[in-house]
Amino acid sequence: MTQFLIRQLDKLKTMILKLGGYVEQSLQQAIQAVETRDVALARTVIAQDEQIDLLEVDVEEECLHTLALYQPVASDTRFVLAVIKINTDLERIGDLAAHLAEQAIFLAEEPETNTALFDFQGSSRRVWSMVKMSLDALVTRDVALAQQVRAADTEVDAAHRKVYRRVEEEITKHPHKVRQLIDLMNISRQLERIADHAVNIAEDVIFMVTGEIHRHDAEDTDQVPSRR
Amino acid sequence: MIPEPFPAPASTAAPPKVPGPAPAAKSPAASAAAGGRGANRLQAIARGEKVEPALHRQVFGEKAVLEIDNFQLWYGQKKALHEITMPVPVGKVTALIGPSGCGKTTLLRCVNRMNDLIDSVRIAGDMRLNGDSIYAPGVDVIELRKRMGMVFQKPNPFPMSIFENVVYSLRIDGIRDRNLLNEVCERSLRGAALWDEVKDRLHDSALALSGGQQQRLCIARAIAAEPEVLLLDEPCSALDPIATGKVEDLIQELKGEYSILIVTHNMQQASRISDYTAFMYLGRLMEYGPTAKIFTNPLLPETNDYVTGRFG
Repeated sequence: MTQFLIRQLDKLKTMILKLGGYVEQSLQQAIQAVETRDVALARTVIAQDEQIDLLEVDVEEECLHTLALYQPVASDTRFVLAVIKINTDLERIGDLAAHLAEQAIFLAEEPETNTALFDFQGSSRRVWSMVKMSLDALVTRDVALAQQVRAADTEVDAAHRKVYRRVEEEITKHPHKVRQLIDLMNISRQLERIADHAVNIAEDVIFMVTGEIHRHDAEDTDQVPSRR
Repeated sequence: MIPEPFPAPASTAAPPKVPGPAPAAKSPAASAAAGGRGANRLQAIARGEKVEPALHRQVFGEKAVLEIDNFQLWYGQKKALHEITMPVPVGKVTALIGPSGCGKTTLLRCVNRMNDLIDSVRIAGDMRLNGDSIYAPGVDVIELRKRMGMVFQKPNPFPMSIFENVVYSLRIDGIRDRNLLNEVCERSLRGAALWDEVKDRLHDSALALSGGQQQRLCIARAIAAEPEVLLLDEPCSALDPIATGKVEDLIQELKGEYSILIVTHNMQQASRISDYTAFMYLGRLMEYGPTAKIFTNPLLPETNDYVTGRFG
């Protein structure tokens, strides 16, 4: 019985890491498409989303089989539950990367705008790094690394709120630029949401390793909610 | 030992250092931090060191029907039970799990002093049933055993009628009042979820019953004497799945009114029916806590490895 379960758990591990790889790549390409106004690359990201969606369904089915056929307990149960949840968050990050790619196409159709009001490079690198760190934490079961991902979200939220305020100001000053400004606003929001999903993944890793659920902790409730 | 799907960080691959008794871990994260995958208890045991059990605080929150107190047992020169201390809560189902040879059946049989029947056995420490010592000099063992009911792995109905099986303990106490015997018989058979199946043939031989029915008859016989605690030694091992299900349902109905200590090698059964689970290994109590915690997030990596089937 154990060998069946061990093989099945290894299979789940391989599948979730494969999904993580697809999503990391999509996100990286979407960020690049925005930076370099590369419409072809953006279209590739959007097309790739389908394989992410299909793999997400496969992972969920494998998790269901694992639970029904092998009745794992203790750390194995926590692992399967973590995979189910991380699966969902990864698929959402994939969707958001595709939305980011759409924004890249819209922005490329407009004249280049003063993106100095939004440190896209800085924010996107930070967010991509959070996604990567959360997946590394999953592979190495590193709770400390997962905690770093949670901590990094504060800065991302603050940056997004700043972008919102700046976009508000710019729209009143330069109303003819409203389309680009809204696109920039959307990009900032997508990055902020991707960061939230990376935090979810990190929290699921902490649960998987320690059995403790760290969500909605007191320190977070002081924050002003992000303006959307 | 077979590794986890995602192995622990490389820093924990170093051999664990265990100078003395392992610290009682408060959380899995703490025990993971203390020298890698727990201060390795199994190696400490192999070296003959004393190892502290990991007891969840919840086990001390319940009133205890049975207190096992620094209990030790030797078969001749071989020590089979090492300093076992654990409270068994009243009105709950407590499961003893562990690989073959871990001492769970030996411990169970000590509760009603069945091991007295083996010449080479020597014990130390004590057990108390509702405050009364079990092993103090001068304890009337026969009276003691009346306060406990025991059910064995292989159903063992006496070669008598169903009725006589159930009321046996009353008969040997000299009770002859027919009304009382009938009442106890019906109450016990109803309690064992067997009444409807046998009420029209109470005077048929018990040996004609199916395996599952015989086992429920043995439970009826055990509860007829209204014991303070029921001792079940792998009661479903010899039964088919449906009979097993009926006995498990019965155990759920009996708890509350009865306190149950059950030995089982079927971990899914332990997780299904018990409120508390004690994990034993090599004659030692390793971990003891609420069943839900033992099977979702045990304190010890050794317990985790056992319940997930990675050893034993």
